[in-house]
Amino acid sequence: MTSDVLILGGGIVGAACARAFLKQGLKVTIIERELIGGGATAAGMGHIVVMDDSEAQFALTKRSRDLWDQLVPELPSSVEFERRGTLWVAADQQEFNAVSPKLSYYNSRHVSAQLLSAQTLYDAEPHLREGFAGGFLVPDDSVIYAPCAAAWLAQGANIIQADVKTIDDGKVTLAIGEQHKAANLIIASGHYVTQLFSTIPVKPRKGHLAITDRYPGQVRHQLIELGYLKSAHGDSTESVAFNVQPRKTGQLLIGSSRQFGADHSAVEPHMISKMLARAAQYLPNILNMSIIRTWTGFRAATTDKLPLVGRYRNADRTWLATGHEGLGITTAMATAELLTHLIAKTKAPIDPTPYLPERFPQCRT
Amino acid sequence: MPHIVINGTPHQADEKTTVAAALMNLGITSRTSVSGQPRNPLCGMGICFECRVTIDGIAYQRGCQVEVREGMEVSTDAI
Repeated sequence: MTSDVLILGGGIVGAACARAFLKQGLKVTIIERELIGGGATAAGMGHIVVMDDSEAQFALTKRSRDLWDQLVPELPSSVEFERRGTLWVAADQQEFNAVSPKLSYYNSRHVSAQLLSAQTLYDAEPHLREGFAGGFLVPDDSVIYAPCAAAWLAQGANIIQADVKTIDDGKVTLAIGEQHKAANLIIASGHYVTQLFSTIPVKPRKGHLAITDRYPGQVRHQLIELGYLKSAHGDSTESVAFNVQPRKTGQLLIGSSRQFGADHSAVEPHMISKMLARAAQYLPNILNMSIIRTWTGFRAATTDKLPLVGRYRNADRTWLATGHEGLGITTAMATAELLTHLIAKTKAPIDPTPYLPERFPQCRT
Repeated sequence: MPHIVINGTPHQADEKTTVAAALMNLGITSRTSVSGQPRNPLCGMGICFECRVTIDGIAYQRGCQVEVREGMEVSTDAI
């Protein structure tokens, strides 16, 4: 079978790519081993957030949030889009001192943000534990239910549920024996990319999440501790950070954890305990809530915290779209847009250079 | 016979009954679903969660797993 674009992996990134190429009138096929949006996409929180870890991360997350915002009028209700705003909580004066520079950084790059004094923090989130120094609010950040978003984005693509056996430039043989060819092949299979190309510098980074029963009104914003980047950044084997997101149902999603080297998907009680203890330091009421489900997922992590978006080695037809770590839901849209421009050799709205796989020697030759 | 308060109204319950049984004896629905349907206990053994109620301010307790106590306040506001 022949397509214009063949996408391996039907997570949020593959689905966003499918939509972008379908919009150009191309014939798109997605090969997904399980369900569309069923892997890391379903395991995550669905947060659409502008992050300032690096200039390149800021550019990609901001562009992507803008692209999501353009889609809002079309999104079906199953996607549960809500613009709650991200509220970064400053635990102490030291964290609060970092808010002013952060504020100028966002504002000078045309992203609306506000500094919250302790008083305005508690007006915004009355159930936070007493004693925090203040906060940083990014009001235009939002949240979606990502598996349904992926299914919606992938509409119109030919979807084949199968495992891939071998891969050649522009040619894929499935475990069931079928051969598929395409003018362009996009690999959007998250950390599973290393099963196809073992040298690609992406590692699985396990995360746990928990969800509560319905407690409407307990939390209004997407809450994260300002120390979050320390956890996300650190290379320690295990870390947790406070991150709680209210869902439309009134349920609270509680995260987050990061583990390298964990190779099985089982829920680990000691990680759930650490994560909930961290959450209770910020929202003591969590101790009286019922958790109804816990689960895990694997982020595709790179060493420089930026995704791999662009040509793989000197192959003419093979493109990577992976390595999004914890930001795949946010950055899926801009990733798809970058790929359409790279393939068409046209100028993209943001500079694609920082995300090109060729920055790693393993992806160059 | 223990006196309990259900949704602000005083009632009497039988000794040694569960909250779920007390509600059923009084003909009170234990909860209303998100789509507005009345729901009542199905399994009576802590598995189905259909009997969840707020007891003394703590939400989502399984009524079938808690015995009535003198002065207990029950609310059927769970969603």
